[in-house]
Parts: sequence; structure tokens; C-alpha cells
Amino acid sequence: MSRFIARRLLLLPFVALGVTALIFSLLQLLTPAMRASLYITDPKQLNALPDIIRKYHLDQPVYVQYWEWLRQVLHGDLGWSETAREPVLTAIRGYFPATFELALYSFACILVLGIWLGTLSAVQKDKIVDHLSRSTSISGASLPTFVWGLVLLMVFYGHFGWFPPGRLGLDADLFVRSPQFHPYTGLLTIDALLNGQWWLLWDALRHLVLPVATLTYFITATLVRITRSSMLETLRADYVRTAEAKGLPRDVVVDKHARRNALIPVITLAGLLFVGLLSGVVITETVFNWPGIGRWGVTASQQLDIPAVTGFALIFAGMLVLGNLCADVLYAVVDPRIRLQ
Amino acid sequence: MSAVRVPSLVAPGAPTVPRVQPSAWQRTVRRFRRNPLSVLGLCIIVFFVAVALLAPLLAHPIERNPYMIPHQGYASDPRPPGPGHPLGTTEEQFDLYYGAVWGARSAFVVALTVVGAGIAVALTLGSLSGYYGGWIDEVVMRVTDIFLAFPGLILAVVIVAVLGQSARNAMIAIAVVAWPTYTRLLRAEFLRVRDMEYVQAARAMGVRDVFIIIRHVIPNTIYPIIILASLDMGGIVINFAALSFLGLGAPPGYADWGQLISLSHNWILGTAGDPFQYWYTLLVPGVAIFLFVLGWNLLGDAFQDIFDPRQRGSV
Repeated sequence: MSRFIARRLLLLPFVALGVTALIFSLLQLLTPAMRASLYITDPKQLNALPDIIRKYHLDQPVYVQYWEWLRQVLHGDLGWSETAREPVLTAIRGYFPATFELALYSFACILVLGIWLGTLSAVQKDKIVDHLSRSTSISGASLPTFVWGLVLLMVFYGHFGWFPPGRLGLDADLFVRSPQFHPYTGLLTIDALLNGQWWLLWDALRHLVLPVATLTYFITATLVRITRSSMLETLRADYVRTAEAKGLPRDVVVDKHARRNALIPVITLAGLLFVGLLSGVVITETVFNWPGIGRWGVTASQQLDIPAVTGFALIFAGMLVLGNLCADVLYAVVDPRIRLQ
Repeated sequence: MSAVRVPSLVAPGAPTVPRVQPSAWQRTVRRFRRNPLSVLGLCIIVFFVAVALLAPLLAHPIERNPYMIPHQGYASDPRPPGPGHPLGTTEEQFDLYYGAVWGARSAFVVALTVVGAGIAVALTLGSLSGYYGGWIDEVVMRVTDIFLAFPGLILAVVIVAVLGQSARNAMIAIAVVAWPTYTRLLRAEFLRVRDMEYVQAARAMGVRDVFIIIRHVIPNTIYPIIILASLDMGGIVINFAALSFLGLGAPPGYADWGQLISLSHNWILGTAGDPFQYWYTLLVPGVAIFLFVLGWNLLGDAFQDIFDPRQRGSV
């Protein structure tokens, strides 16, 4: 077990090296003048361009440049973001909690809903529940996130006025920025509880509903399909038939015997779901004006704010690599057969 | 002279006339027709192919570049469906009917280009990697690992940010995101096929590697690639539309569904008495892209059902 995890951890630096190398090679597609201009924060520096080129080793061979760039990145120096008007690392720290909160609630909803619907649909194969959940899931896979999000906004914000876009209402936003409010975690729903502000919790939840619903709908679609087919396979297994033959109630067989084993392949695919979630987060944040990393990254790429785009790419790749690592470790914990290989 | 007795495999008394076996093609068609959803998918795709091919007749181009939607004036408010604009207009008066029709054409152009690029790269890198193995295989696989360490859309966003915003660069970005999947799949298929007896036989006869790959291996590995491509067509169009929606793909006025949807972003709120006043700005391009992707998903599932019996019945 620990050897398996150690081996996965040993691979981590190599993956990180590859990921940074890819980002660095993408940056090489910029013209040399553009790359030099990334280090200019003040128009007065334009005369000092040759100095800047020398200082940041832009006249050196590529591998020297990569090494110098990597050293800066490892020191947390990602440059200045023009769109956020602060250093990239500070900006990431500021935007991350919003993205994390959105992803956290969505992932929880996705897991609960997807596994429940997938099991239900497998147990009631070819009944009405199955058809309903299958058609929902296939339409969920065909509907782009942004169309679905905009439709939700049109109905529940435009028509009913229940769930506004953004992360907080005006009053709540002012209150959060005031000294009366202590940001403990950066997650507004939890901070509101810790501060004992019920109205703030209510406001934060109201803003969370639509983006979470959007992300949940289209990623649950994938999870339902995976769970269903894995469950169908497991329900045909010998030990399930044995359990039923012994006279165990159907519910116990499904919950205790079948589902636990059916979820093993689902864990491997959790990495895949996580990728979908991260891509979806970028679009969802843009649709709902959610002040997270995704929306910031998109604005930055529209406005050629390359240091911000680099930071955005690094943080998302990092989240994905860590997510996959968690899935692998969880897989080994759940399924002893993997550890022995 | 005695007649040679041919041992009969047919049991005595069984009818000697062999039953007509349905050909592989007939069986495929029959299996396809059994599932109404597959037929629906095929109908949707045929419809979109027709629209894409007949686009110049259905919506007569006025601009020099037919993919740019003609517009009269720059009035900011969208106009509802009416004479001259059967499906209404977006903000800045881009005609939604024209955009929907030519959007079908640009969707096919994008999807086929990206799939073509993906398959071309896969055929070169995947075949080298799967057929020869060794250090080539190791290098190619590690490079695909790195590309797959990025969520697809985020990598595409970064590439567009570096290359600059245009429809062509968005296509390049999506192709860069797509190739690792195709390459890995083709490599796995090559690994399966390269030790088959007929390949060994060809090798023993001294056939050159290039010939073995082209004549014997590729024809036996291409079906999974076709399934993947058909399942991927919708996803590619969604990704391209997403880039356009984020303001990183097609420029305003380009006949692309995602771009039209981004023009509706400001109009999800109607006026006080009529909350759905601007429904057409979202629904026209939204329904178009939904049907297109749904068609490909249904068709891809049907192909998977037909060619891969293990997956049958798993939607």
C-alpha cells in the first residue's frame, strides 16, 4: 500500500516538470518582443528593454531560459497580472476560494445524485425510471454548459427573480468587505456560519444554487451512465445471485453487495469527471459572473495578460494532477487487488 | 473405379439447401434499425448535412466571406422574428436564420478538420509508437500524458491566448487538445494487432514494415477510431462553441452557434412585463447546437453498440 503511494508520489515531480515544460513551450510561440514586454510594468521602462532582455536571460539558449523561468515559478514569482492589478500569486489566492467553493458543492451534489440515479436506473432496468434517467443523462451530455446555464438564468433569475448571478448581493458584499466580518476559510457559506450571520449564509446559498445546478446536471449525466453500466455488470455476478438465493432482501443485496463493488470502476473514472468539472467551472463562472479563477483566466486571455494565463494554466493543471493522484490512492485503498500488483 | 465418399457434415435428413446467411452489412443495418434512437440520430445528422451543403441556397450570402453574417445597421436591441428575419436578429442586428444555417456548415468544417488532424497525427505517431514500441513508444506516451494533464478547455484557452483570437486558432487549439486521445487509442489497437498471425506471416514473407502497416495493420485498427471520432464530433463542436462563447474563438458576426449564444448573454433579462422577451437570441442557436450534438451522440452510441457488443445496452 505505502509502496504503491510512494511510487505514485515519485512520479509527481516528473509530471510537474512535463507540465511546466509544455506551458513554457507554449509561451515560446509569442514573439520575442512580446515576451520581453511581459516584464514591463511601467511605460518608462521601454527604454530599458535591452537591460530587461539581459536581466531575464531572454538572449540565452532555450534550456537556460526554461531553467530561469522555472526557478521564478518555484519561488512563487509568476509576474504581474494586468487584469487583476496585483501579482499573479496574490490574485490566485484571492480568486481560489470562490472556485473551490463552487467545485466543492458541485462535486458533492454530483456524487450523491449520480450514484443514486445510476443505481436506481440499473436496478429498475428498462422501467420508467431507467428511461427517464437515461434520456436526462443523454440530453445532459448533448447540451453545452453555457446554453443550460443561460436557460436557467432566464427562467430563475429573469422570470422568478429567485437566484441572482454573482457570488453575493450588494449588501452582503459590502458587509463581507467590512472589518466586522472575519474571513476564516474564504468559503463564504462556512465563514457566514462561523460569524453567526444567517442572512449572509442565505444570500451565499441563493447565489450558489444556479451554478451548482448547471455543473451538476451535465457532469452527473456522465456519472449516471458509468454507474449504471458498472452496476448492471455487478448485478449479474455470481455472488449477487448467491446472496439473493440465500434469501437476503433485495435492498440489502443492492446496497451492501452490488453497489460497493460496482463503485470501484467509478472511482477510476472520478479523475475523468474531475477534468470535466474543471473545464465546466471555467464556463460556468463566466456565465454566472462568479468571481473565481476561471472567469479571471478567461478575461486575462482575452486581454493578452499572459502572466495571468500562465498562472491560471498552472493552477488548473496542478488541481488535475492532485485530483488524479487522490483517485489513484483511493482506488488502491478500496480495491486490494491493485495494491498487490 | 469407386466414387470417393465425401464425409458429410450435414446430419442425415437435414435439408441440404443452405439457408441464406445475411451479409455483415445486412446484419449491421438490421441491428441499427432495431434501436429507434439510432435512427433518430441518423435523421438529425442527415438533416444537418443537408443544411450545411445547401447553405448558399437556404441563406444567400451577401458578404464577401459567406461565414460573416450580414447585418443591417448597428441597433443594439435584438428584434423578434418577423418579415425579412424569420428567426429574428441578435444585438447589432445579425440575422439569426442566416447564422443558424451557416453555423451548421462551420460546425462541420470545425469538427471534420479537428477529427482529420487528430487521426492524421494518430496514424503517424500512434503507428510508430504501437508498431515499433521501445523508446519511441515511451517518448510518445509520456508526451500524451503531459497533454492529458491539462483539462482540455483550459489548454485550449491558453493556446488561443498565446496565438491570438480567431476561428482558425481556436480550431488549432482544439486539435492540439484532441490528438493525444486518438494517438493513445490507435497505439493500443496497434499493440493488439501487431502480433496477430497474419502480420507475422507478412513479416516472415519479407514484406516491408511500411507495407505491413498500411495494408494489414491500419485497416484492422480503424473501427475504434471511427467510433471515437463519431462520439467526438459533438464534443469538438461544443468546445469550439465554448471558446467562441468565452470570446476566444470566432469573432462577433461569424456564423458560429457559440458566438451567437455569446451575443445573447446580455439579453437573458426581458422587460418588466415580459421576462422572456428575447428568448429567440438564446433558443435559436441553443437548439441548433443541442440537436447537432445530440445527433452525433446517438449515432456514436449506435456505432459503439454495433461494433462493440460488450457495451451493448449501456446507452
